[in-house]
Formats: sequence, C-alpha cells, structure tokens
Amino acid sequence: MRPDLSTAGYSGLGWRGFVLPAAILGLWSCSSALGLGNEHILVSPLRVLSAAAEAVMDENGITALLHSLGRFISGWLIGSAAGLAAGLAMGLSPTADRAGGPTFHALRQVALFAWLPLLSAWFGMYDAPKIVLISMAAFFPAALNTQAGCRGVPKTYREVGRVLELGPASTVWRVILPAAAPSIIAGLQLGLIASWIGTVGSEYLIGNGQGIGILLSAAREGNRMDLVIVCIVTLAFVGLFFSQVVRLGSRRLIARHLPS
Amino acid sequence: MLQTGLLDIRHVSKMFTVDARPVHALRDVSLRVEPGEFVSLVGASGCGKSTLLRLVAGLDTPDEGSIAVDGQAVNAPSLKRGIVFQDHRLFPWLSVLDNVLLGLHKADATAAQRLQRAAELISLVGLAGFENAFPHQLSGGMAQRAAIARSLAPSPEVLLLDEPLGALDSLTRSHLQEELLRIWRHQRTTMLMVTHDVEEAIFLSDRVVLLGSRPGHIRTQISVNLPHPRRRASAQVIAIKEHLLDLLAGETQTRVAV
Repeated sequence: MRPDLSTAGYSGLGWRGFVLPAAILGLWSCSSALGLGNEHILVSPLRVLSAAAEAVMDENGITALLHSLGRFISGWLIGSAAGLAAGLAMGLSPTADRAGGPTFHALRQVALFAWLPLLSAWFGMYDAPKIVLISMAAFFPAALNTQAGCRGVPKTYREVGRVLELGPASTVWRVILPAAAPSIIAGLQLGLIASWIGTVGSEYLIGNGQGIGILLSAAREGNRMDLVIVCIVTLAFVGLFFSQVVRLGSRRLIARHLPS
Repeated sequence: MLQTGLLDIRHVSKMFTVDARPVHALRDVSLRVEPGEFVSLVGASGCGKSTLLRLVAGLDTPDEGSIAVDGQAVNAPSLKRGIVFQDHRLFPWLSVLDNVLLGLHKADATAAQRLQRAAELISLVGLAGFENAFPHQLSGGMAQRAAIARSLAPSPEVLLLDEPLGALDSLTRSHLQEELLRIWRHQRTTMLMVTHDVEEAIFLSDRVVLLGSRPGHIRTQISVNLPHPRRRASAQVIAIKEHLLDLLAGETQTRVAV
C-alpha cells in the first residue's frame, strides 16, 4: 500500500550521474573548438559560461530567478491547499464526490496551457494569470492523490476509530489523514514538478515582468543561444533541487512509521 | 463492590446479502454472560461467531432481538466494550505508547495521569521498554499485546476477543493464553472470546458455547469447572476437549445410527 515516492529508476546523485553530462559537454567543446556547425546555433561552452557570468553580475539572471521562484512557491502553495481541500471533500463525502467528481475529472483532462487564453482574458496579462496557472498545475495532482488516499484508508482502521469513539474531526485528523499521508505527499510532490513547468511555461507564453521564462523568451528573440542554454540549465537545476528536497523530506516523514 | 459487565444477548438474528441472496448468519441467539465471566464461542468457520461479536461491539446491528450491557442497550460502538481483532490493527504511524493513549482520549484525566495509566497497561501486557517502538518493529505476539493494552485502556466492562491469538505461532500462542488469563484475573473484565481452538477455549474459559452453522445458533454450552492454572494434558481437559471435538465433527459428518 506504500507508494514509491522516489522518481522511478532514479537513485540519487552518485558520481555515475555526472558521466553523461560530462560526455555531452566534452563532445560539445570538441565540436565547437573544431569549428563544426553554425556558431550562432551551436554556441561554444565558453560563451555560455560568460553569458552565465554576465547574467549573474548584472543581476538580471538573479532577479529573474527570484521572481520565478516567488511565483512558483506561491502558486504551488495555493494550488496544494485548494487541492488538499477538494481532495478531502471528494474523498470523505460521497455527496461531494458525486456532485464535484465528474467536473473535476473532466477538467483535469484539459492540457494545462490550454487554459492560458481564458486565464489571460480573465486575469489580465501580468502576474495573476501566471499564478493561477501554476496553482492549477499543483491543484490537480494534490486533489487526485488526496482523494485516492482517503478512499484507500482500510476499513479496519475506520472500525478502530469507531470502537474508540473518535468523533468525525478526530477520525479525519487521527486516522484518515495519517493513513492517507503517503498518497497525499506523493500528490504534493507531483504538483511541485508540474508547478515548476507551469511557472516557466506561463512566463514564456504570457511574458510581461521578470522571470526565467521571460528571459528565455527574450534570449530567443535576440538570437542569444548562449543565454538560452543558461536558462535551460538553470531550469533543470532548480527542478532537480526541489525534487531532491521533497524526496528527502517525505522519506524522513514516512520512513519512520512504515516498514521499509 | 457491585460488579459491572453483565452481557445479555436476547433472540438475536442477523441476515446478510451475499450475491443478491439473503443468508441467515444468526438465528435466535440468546446468551447471558455474567460479570467477570470468561466465555468462549467455538464453532465451524462460517457459523456466525465473529458476526455475534461484531454485533456485541456495536459495529453491526442485529435485524431482530436485542443486546444489552448492564441493562443498557447496545446500538453503537462504545469504549465500554473493548475489542481485540485477529489482526492487531494498531495504527502504524503511532508508537505503542501513542496507540494506547488513543484509547484514553476520552478519559477524564490529566495528561500526566493518562501517561501513567498507559505505562501501567503497557507493563501489564509485558511490553515495558517498548513504549516508543512502532508497530512494524514488533513481532506478531508483541503487536497483539499492544492491541490488548489499547483495548483495556478505557477500562471496558466487557472485552471482546475476535480470535486474538489466531494468527500467532503455537509457542507464542500458549504463552499469550497464560498472559491473557493473568490480565483477566487482574482486570476482572467480562470476556467474550471467539476462537477456533477448542483447547484454547477450555484452557481459558468458565464456559464454552458451541455454535452450529447455517444459520448460526447455539447448539450447546459446557461449563468448565476446573481451577486455574489448568493443565492442558489433564484428564478433565482432555475429556471436555474430546466431547467438544465430537460435537464439532458431528456437524460435518453424517452419523451412522448404531
């Protein structure tokens, strides 16, 4: 009953994980040193490094990153909280599930970025539609996993709650939430990944303001492939960092209570 | 002291629907268990003995008849009727201590008093030193001891045991039978135990109730008037055991009249 919270086949950051990136970097350096390929499309690693240094020095890159992180965290928090509430309602009350379930399951089939035209029409062209989109990215996995987790609580545990005369609030707090915790945490983790994708996507597609996605879009417009690569590498590292944090955090939280 | 824990089951019937067909699980079962008495229910599997226990616990309701403890009708689960299931059903996210404390959540006591009572119960069931262990770190026997401590925490008037030792190996099992006896004599709680082990029933109980199947009904009751501690190999125990086993076999085999 315990879901595997680690990303499938992903075994942490050992030295072996660096072999492939190093090989790619080596090939890339060789090909640009030998003058193979178009210098404007396949820029040299040195130019990427200097672009990175430049982005850090003139604070453009840092400001963009901080703005993206701010949107990402606030959107994820809002979406997770809403998803938790919706998932609990659908998981605990058959009435709520019958009333809201079909709508929920229909809406979650819609690809995230398909909402953008509506969101920008409703919420303008600045931060609001971005944050709504990021929240939605976190909302669906959080709600879905919370609902599944609540439904999956063994009947035997509920019976113990009844025998011990736990009231409805105590039952939710002391039986259902702890029993559903592994599933809920997995949902929040999936939401984290989706939110980061939503952050960059919404910035790239909406523009206006500061952020890694906006920087990426500007770099493409200005034909600055070195800066494009800096942005992509940053995205990868931020994503990796957050999944590591959640992976270790959830492991500590859950491993204590359940057999390994 | 006036002893509480009088269990009175009157004309209880229960139907279930299996594959859209009604199945009579229990028909007209009446049983009276005196305060502080230890009664075992034995019978072939499917005779409704666990169903009867769930009705007494208040987890299910009878279709006909009534169940009362000390004159109060049973219509929902209550801390006055503790139950120990075959699977220990400890919450895996709580330590042994916290599992037992959950049984005290309605107790009229300060946090310190609860803690002390929980510690007493844990040592009563022989788990002192394992207060902070989590269920998955315990053996089956130890987990069942913790489950017994949790069910005793609210000081129930009746303790219901649903094959509590059924999943344990035979050594642990006979050891826990003696422990159960010790706990019963210490607490003086009325005990109603479901078991499929005839010897276990005779070893522990004041009275063994034999249930027949389809629909479940009481076939016979045998009083075990032997002092504790009982020896499993004693002639009296063996005689009662033979008698009960004959009765149990008689239900499944058609007897040839001589």
